[in-house]
Amino acid sequence: MKLTKTAAAAALLPAFLFATNAWAGKSDDTVSIAFAKELEHVDPYFNTAREGILLGNAAWDGLLYRDPATGEYVGNLATSWTWVDSTTLDLTLREGVKFHNGEAFDADDVVYTLNFTVDPKNGAKNKVATGWIKRAEKIDQFKVRIITNGPFPAALEYLAGPVIIHPDEYYKAVGPAGVATKPVGTGPYKFETVEPGKHFVLKRNEDYFAAAKPKAKVGTIDIRTIPDINTQMAELFNGTIDLVWQVPSDQADKMTGRGSFQVINAPTMRVGYLSLDAAGRSGDKNPMTNVKVRQAIYHAINRDGIVEALMKGTTEVIDSACSPSQFGCDTAITTYAYDPAKAKALLTEAGYSDGFEIEFYAYRDRPLAEAMIGMLAEIGIKANLNYMQYAALREKRIKDGAPISFMTWGSNSIADVSAITSEFFTMGGEDDARDKSLSDLLEKADSSIDSAERKTLYAQALSVIADKAYWVPLWNYSTNYVMSGDISFTPTPDELVRFYEIGWK
Amino acid sequence: MLKFVLTKIGMAALVALTVSFISFILLFMAGDPAIAIAGEGASGKVIAAVRSQYGFDRPLLVQYFDWLIRALSGDFGMSFYFKTPVSGMIAERLPVTMTIGFLGMSFALLLAIPMGVLAAAFPNTLIDRLALGIAVVGQAIPSFWFGLVLIVVFSVNLGWVPASGTRQWTGYILPMIVLGYYATPAIMRLTRAGMLEVLSADYIRTARAKGIKPRRVLFKHALRNAIIPVVSLAAVQLGFMFGGSVVVETIFALHGAGYLAWESISRNDLPTMQALILIFAMFYIAFTFLADVLNAWLDPRLRTA
Repeated sequence: MKLTKTAAAAALLPAFLFATNAWAGKSDDTVSIAFAKELEHVDPYFNTAREGILLGNAAWDGLLYRDPATGEYVGNLATSWTWVDSTTLDLTLREGVKFHNGEAFDADDVVYTLNFTVDPKNGAKNKVATGWIKRAEKIDQFKVRIITNGPFPAALEYLAGPVIIHPDEYYKAVGPAGVATKPVGTGPYKFETVEPGKHFVLKRNEDYFAAAKPKAKVGTIDIRTIPDINTQMAELFNGTIDLVWQVPSDQADKMTGRGSFQVINAPTMRVGYLSLDAAGRSGDKNPMTNVKVRQAIYHAINRDGIVEALMKGTTEVIDSACSPSQFGCDTAITTYAYDPAKAKALLTEAGYSDGFEIEFYAYRDRPLAEAMIGMLAEIGIKANLNYMQYAALREKRIKDGAPISFMTWGSNSIADVSAITSEFFTMGGEDDARDKSLSDLLEKADSSIDSAERKTLYAQALSVIADKAYWVPLWNYSTNYVMSGDISFTPTPDELVRFYEIGWK
Repeated sequence: MLKFVLTKIGMAALVALTVSFISFILLFMAGDPAIAIAGEGASGKVIAAVRSQYGFDRPLLVQYFDWLIRALSGDFGMSFYFKTPVSGMIAERLPVTMTIGFLGMSFALLLAIPMGVLAAAFPNTLIDRLALGIAVVGQAIPSFWFGLVLIVVFSVNLGWVPASGTRQWTGYILPMIVLGYYATPAIMRLTRAGMLEVLSADYIRTARAKGIKPRRVLFKHALRNAIIPVVSLAAVQLGFMFGGSVVVETIFALHGAGYLAWESISRNDLPTMQALILIFAMFYIAFTFLADVLNAWLDPRLRTA
């Protein structure tokens, strides 16, 4: 009698075909969206969730904006900016902008927001967003200066992404706890209702200044948290939800061609990789310390085969230790074709003609992990799968390392390799290479403000990582969007659902 | 009687304390809370900062007693994840869980007790088999599947009730049925077994010989004694419903305390988890206590026990 979820869904789907009823939608200019998880706090500085990034982008503005089509930075709340030196950035602010509560925007808002967030005693959770800022200073009413903790060329990317500006007077008065239920920004949408974690209603900001982002096309965005994917699908059929994303492939396939639903698969910045313990942190007799063994593992994994058989949509194999959509992600490096014979030969050269036994760690995508373990078995490596919670695995990796870890990284949607390559190869807790010269290369690239020089240095670093096979870069991840037939929306590779770009057909 | 109550309360406090300590230790063993709080994309530096900010670098016992002393004064602290006071959050979400819990239990009792009584009154007949059949099915089908079937039939196809949420009161109907049906089999079987035993007792034969109406014999004389173990079971089941309605709350997007418990476990939100464990334990203890009192009222012989 026990049926699996998928079989049950398959058995039930014909019943869906008779579904008829729609409440919200085009007629009342409301797009209903489902979030799959409860957002902890609506203030972008107090959450680290993708859902938070989406709301942050809809209701607030950054000083800059990155055009998703061209990748160029354009002014948003700032109109121009100049690097005074490698740690000092001056920005001229836009005049005449108003917050949703009528408060006028000027330098005080920028200075207050940045200094409040940077101050550790205020407990901001999204430390990645402003961790690079030392302080902000007011030059005059529409000029500010940002001092960084050190040379930080990716500053513009952050100012165009997670760094948003709050109204200082209002924020001082209500604090993060007040913002949790009554947030105020300058963005194309303003909050009408906030039931923390459960329900958000956004209304179009009719007075939006629309310099970088356009005015919102749809009048109301109604967001409800519905954790179960099957329930989300039922709501789609009922017409009570118009748009969901991160839909598993099997569900997305079933929705294709049913009713008038649109199913779109789009790439994301998240990549998967195997990190190999070259530094011997999990034991110095660890075979991973031998470069030939690492190269053998690289040749043993049939990445194309896994992508074709187990991952659908726009997923592609990657060769560099970064996401191809990021600045500096050079792909002209050593590549390793799937070649089990060559892998075996390399193992023999390394002195492991009979193979060996090793611990393999993973925290998600179990079928993919198992497929790779099967491929390792073919060249004589018996890998034992240790499948753990994310927090537990990272703890282990930071504390004592792991011989082989199957990990993924989304770079917080920062389109710059410093958000991934530098994160894992600059002697930090999860640096399995501990390669001083590589670390120095990356540090130098991270602190240069000459983008041509950065590109060259990152290319060198990525080349070292590939030559020494510190990582086995695997693939990027894609996500499925399912939406009702009335909706017009084109997903972008940064997985940022820009609500103001959603329209009606 | 006062001594009896005080002993019970003392025991309850001890149980709650033990439960809270064990859960505290288990939560720490489940992974580094600093990593969980910092989130999936956090860098090593950020994780280290969080660890010292939240005091996770202090000895475990120090952390536990620090929490306990504050909890005893009613301060459950701030949620690591939601950054709001835990007490406010629980106050907001507990009513949802209690509502579906009580509705589900009422549904289960209204369905299971009459079925159990009828099955015992007409043993080995079609009625008996039908009742047992319903119970077997109730035990066999997983809640999430049953919930989805109900959504497909009554929401998607018939459009009678919303698929999820409680923006309309009708949103409570399906969760009530799923949660209640889950508790039905055990209650029905116990009622049936108790009734079968009681119906063969001497005093029932006497009652029947005195010419008392069969229905009165069944529901007044027999059920009163047969129901005693059912009361205890229902109390435990209700306690379980409060803590264990995670599946139902997830499927129907109800945002009650059960779902909050699941979320706080998966996010290592210690203060929320600890408060919920304490509250759920208290509910268990309170229900069990009430069941004892109710049973003592039903059966005078238990009052001296």
